[in-house]
Amino acid sequence: MAEESDFYRFTGTKGYIVSRPLVEAVNCAIALERPLLVKGEPGTGKTLLALHVAEGLGLPMESWHIKSTSKAMEGLYVYDTLQRLNDARFGEGNVGDIRSYIKLGPVGRVFSAPKRQLLLIDEVDKADLEFPNDILRELDEMRFTVMETGDEVVAKERPLVIITSNNEKELPDAFLRRCVFHFIEFPEPDMMRKIVDVHHPNVDTQLLDQVLIKFYWLRGQPDLRKKPSTSELIDWIAALLRSGISEDQLENHIPFLGSLLKNEQDTAALADFEERGGGMPSDWMDLGPKYNQ
Amino acid sequence: MFLDLFYGLRDEGVPVAVQEWQMFMTSLEKGLHDSNLLAFYNIAKATLIKSETYYDAFDRVFARVFHGVEGELSANDELNEWLSDPKNFDGLTEEQRKMIEELDADELMRRYLETLEEQDERHDGGGRWVGTGGHSPFGNGGEHPTGIRVGGKSKNQSAMKVAEDRRFQEYRTDHTLDIRNVRLALKRLRHLTREGPSDELDLDETVDETCRNAGEIEFVYRADRRNNVRLLLLMDVGGTMEPYYEPVSRLLTALHEERGLREFKSYYFHNCVYERLGTNADLYVKDAIPTGDILRRFDERWKVLIVGDAAMHPAELMNPRGNINPRFESETRGIDWLMRIREHFDRCVWLNPDPPSDWNHTRTTKVIGEIFPMYALSLDGIQDAVTSLVGARPSAPGITRH
Repeated sequence: MAEESDFYRFTGTKGYIVSRPLVEAVNCAIALERPLLVKGEPGTGKTLLALHVAEGLGLPMESWHIKSTSKAMEGLYVYDTLQRLNDARFGEGNVGDIRSYIKLGPVGRVFSAPKRQLLLIDEVDKADLEFPNDILRELDEMRFTVMETGDEVVAKERPLVIITSNNEKELPDAFLRRCVFHFIEFPEPDMMRKIVDVHHPNVDTQLLDQVLIKFYWLRGQPDLRKKPSTSELIDWIAALLRSGISEDQLENHIPFLGSLLKNEQDTAALADFEERGGGMPSDWMDLGPKYNQ
Repeated sequence: MFLDLFYGLRDEGVPVAVQEWQMFMTSLEKGLHDSNLLAFYNIAKATLIKSETYYDAFDRVFARVFHGVEGELSANDELNEWLSDPKNFDGLTEEQRKMIEELDADELMRRYLETLEEQDERHDGGGRWVGTGGHSPFGNGGEHPTGIRVGGKSKNQSAMKVAEDRRFQEYRTDHTLDIRNVRLALKRLRHLTREGPSDELDLDETVDETCRNAGEIEFVYRADRRNNVRLLLLMDVGGTMEPYYEPVSRLLTALHEERGLREFKSYYFHNCVYERLGTNADLYVKDAIPTGDILRRFDERWKVLIVGDAAMHPAELMNPRGNINPRFESETRGIDWLMRIREHFDRCVWLNPDPPSDWNHTRTTKVIGEIFPMYALSLDGIQDAVTSLVGARPSAPGITRH
């Protein structure tokens, strides 16, 4: 028992920085064999987490990206009636065998895999309000029946399920009850430095300081409709590095704003601010007590 | 002490059920907490709390329940058991097991408490409390020599500190009103029905029908799905509502942007509803229309949402000619108009921007709370209000907790 749980113990990987609470939540989900529900602002690396948990534990991964039109059934299997009809009309394929028209979805594939796998259900909140309830039983019991054939698909080893949500819709209570939950906080500057270091090692410390001061200042502006997130910061730094900009040029101006702000009004608001001669902070002290403990 | 956490959370209105509690207990049995208070805190949070909006409540309760945990520990059997039960510590070597047995319970507890206190500094694995001075079997995956990195700064390493930091305050929903959240709450205000002409191709049915028809194509059409909710907003403006103008106008914007509604109308009043309602927030008499007309024009299917603080002079509610605005006539008592609204429409709710704790201290609020189901103008309150407007159960009048 002890050896086995040690074997499936996630501790992080080289390319992904995790906070300790998140590590503990992941391990909790593994030990309890419950789905892990990860929420957080867009761009805080929810989907990446699954990728790296799979890598860290050496499990193959199957992703199910949810769209607004996704149906719970599609995750299990799809009965391709149209293909069968077509084959029947033109005398192709093995029309007599329904099984050859049953195509397993991501959940079905993970269940029927010979070994333990990781299933990522990405952005579960995109689907209809009822969607999470529809997959509840299947995820709980790790089995389902193909109605057309009566075959039962049972998971041989309980897969590890990671579910992400952008908080667009409220998830049903019954669904939440069964999950281990973690909310990814927006990283604090120190954590952010480590994250940046993974993507852009060897950034000049002073430049990075200026970059982060501007970034956190921008995030602190109450009027922004869409706050820039980690992934946007990484892109921005990439742009800055490629153009070879120095920290002095960052003093009172934010170049390549397009990589940080993705909203017309936000860009206009900042341009207004600069035109009015509004000063940007260039020191952590200017950002207020939150960053100077 | 553990149960204090459970009931403490429930008292704060955090939806924790036995199922979650069992999950938490199972994870403790499996030793996931590594006999470390911070890990204990993280695991309790991951298993018991299912929304970041309750993180703050959790932090408050955790800090309260486990504050000064040192003082109470010796008397606590639960924790004693937890510490001395070897089945939770499978990873111990024989040598370590012996060492534990040699220490008496008091000594063990003393060392454990020392470790807890030391946790303001870095805590790398829980090896210390058994006094082996290193190579802990409970690696917490800190700065592991194999290059595995875990973020988080040492200042956050104490569970007490993390809890007392209360960094999740801004995610609370019971008193913050963010326009996006409001819009989300209002999204529930829908009742989808299929009405109108059948002009949408129903692909699934078409395929099924075609199959049934032995392969001859058979098209099936159906009506579009539409939101069937008609919303009537009555809003108190001016006077005592002045401080709430901002949050209420946010709500209003959210409503206007919510084009999903089938129909939406808003009217305004000051303090209480009388003979006439304003068609805009300025309450000009010439634009006002008789309340009776509104009752005639809108049938009982309209959902009525009244926003107001319900706090006024009792005479404004209970006396004829109670209207403090002299330009508006008011022969009938305000309370009668409210009762008429209540009786005419199927579903009405009252949203009150005042904190619920004040409601019982204001006479008129109490009275109005008995006529309409009253909810706080907070995200939770709006959600409950929406549920009571479109939910399955008929709403019982009376002041609710939120």
